[in-house]
Amino acid sequence: MTDSVVQLERASLRFSGRSIWSDLSVSVPRGEFLVVIGPNGTGKTSLLRVLLGLQPPTGGSVLVHGHAPRRGDPAIGYVPQQRAFDPELPLRGRDLVLMGLDGHRWGISLNDRANRVRVDRILALVGAQSYADTPIGWLSGGEQQRLRIAQALVGDPSLLLCDEPLLSLDLHSQQVIVQLIARWGREHGATVIFVTHDVNPVMSVADRILLLAGARWGIGTVDRMMTSAALSRLYGTPVDVVQHAGRIAVLGADLGGHDPVAARTEDGR
Amino acid sequence: MTSLWGYAFVHQALLAGTITAVVAGVVGPFITARNMGFAVHGLAEVGFTGAAGAVLFGFAPEIGLVGACFLAALAIGLLGVRLRERDIAIGTVLAFGMGLGVLFLVLYTRYATEAFSILFGAILAVSAEDVVWSAAVGAVVLAALVAVYRPLRFASVDPDVAEARGVPVRLLSVVFLLILALAVAEAVQVVGVLLILTLLITPAGTARRLTAHPGRVVAYSILIAVGVTVGGIVGAVYTSWPVSFFVASLSLIAYLLGRTFGARVRT
Repeated sequence: MTDSVVQLERASLRFSGRSIWSDLSVSVPRGEFLVVIGPNGTGKTSLLRVLLGLQPPTGGSVLVHGHAPRRGDPAIGYVPQQRAFDPELPLRGRDLVLMGLDGHRWGISLNDRANRVRVDRILALVGAQSYADTPIGWLSGGEQQRLRIAQALVGDPSLLLCDEPLLSLDLHSQQVIVQLIARWGREHGATVIFVTHDVNPVMSVADRILLLAGARWGIGTVDRMMTSAALSRLYGTPVDVVQHAGRIAVLGADLGGHDPVAARTEDGR
Repeated sequence: MTSLWGYAFVHQALLAGTITAVVAGVVGPFITARNMGFAVHGLAEVGFTGAAGAVLFGFAPEIGLVGACFLAALAIGLLGVRLRERDIAIGTVLAFGMGLGVLFLVLYTRYATEAFSILFGAILAVSAEDVVWSAAVGAVVLAALVAVYRPLRFASVDPDVAEARGVPVRLLSVVFLLILALAVAEAVQVVGVLLILTLLITPAGTARRLTAHPGRVVAYSILIAVGVTVGGIVGAVYTSWPVSFFVASLSLIAYLLGRTFGARVRT
């Protein structure tokens, strides 16, 4: 238990009287790749906000690295949803990454050599050097998201929180991003909590899946969780999990695992 | 005509204009990054009300201008925390302000000349005292911006991650509105309330067409703002046409040039 990076005990979250999740008890060990799935409105993003110290839990206890979540914890890296930048925004990839290192500090930055070296190193790691000086709004979604990963990793976090980082990315970019994050986790012993609505891109790297389903929640390995029996029990309605050609489709529930093309039209993207 | 350059009022105008342009050039990139053009216009119009009210009650118009801008900035900041509400909050506060301004004008008809200078700028009428006042306000704005530069930029271009990294995003948005209030009060003396955007938006909007390097955007924005301001004053001294006409025209030309040729030089 001492090795838990994130520990929730009977934690609950309510918004204006409505329960989002309750009695959530999860212990995430060091180095685990935990995937969080669940229908919209079940508090996946809120869970990340609680861990980031932006939202206090309503009940129970939440510990990150053994203490209550702290705002701006330097040990946490955060990757948000891909959100396109304005093409005219005067910001280059390397500026975005540098902000992950010193953007929260007061004052102006003088030309800090050590920081520049760190930024260059992380840009190389994610393979984004060739477009690091291009205005960020001119880049593709996949390229922007690689820079997001670099921004989250440049502070050398031991816990990486990813909020739907694959949304609106093509299949190839999804794989690139997942592999980058998983490799970082393996090589640095870092813990990854990865919120997604489609389990397929992360099935090969996920250690466990946490499913938030409103009143109920469940956690387990991919094989244990992604079964008709497990999902039917959590949702309280009959759900079918179909495996085909290494992909999972969930029928009868508002949850990932759709055919990716169908999922994209559903998102209206 | 050349003899005009010996007059103190021309020197004072150039000095106050340059100080103001530097301030506008530095603040501008933040305004464009935060899409706050409407807020700038709103603050300026409320500033007009403040100036009118100050004259009516026997104070210096500058005090009313800064005071009203500050109060409006606070009101906008506290009412419109969320982006979607912000336009509504600004629109409401600014319409109320203009309503009061009209009332003050009617109550105090001798104010009409001063009202004209506040609406359209009167940089050629600044006194030595006004120059000192400009420098003081400018120094406060620049010092405040330097202090919050990195987190404000982070919060402006990447608010989600900034918040996750512990940047006080909401606090900064109110702080920036207060900084903006001072910058607006400063710029009003050059181009006036109604042409405020020509100094606070256009130089930065042109600069971002020329480079994506954040530091260079600020540098170019300052250069353009100073260029159009000094150019405007020179044009006015030679022709006796209004300064704000020249500043707005030069700004437009700079912006069109930036739009036309920017994409080629910008990397």
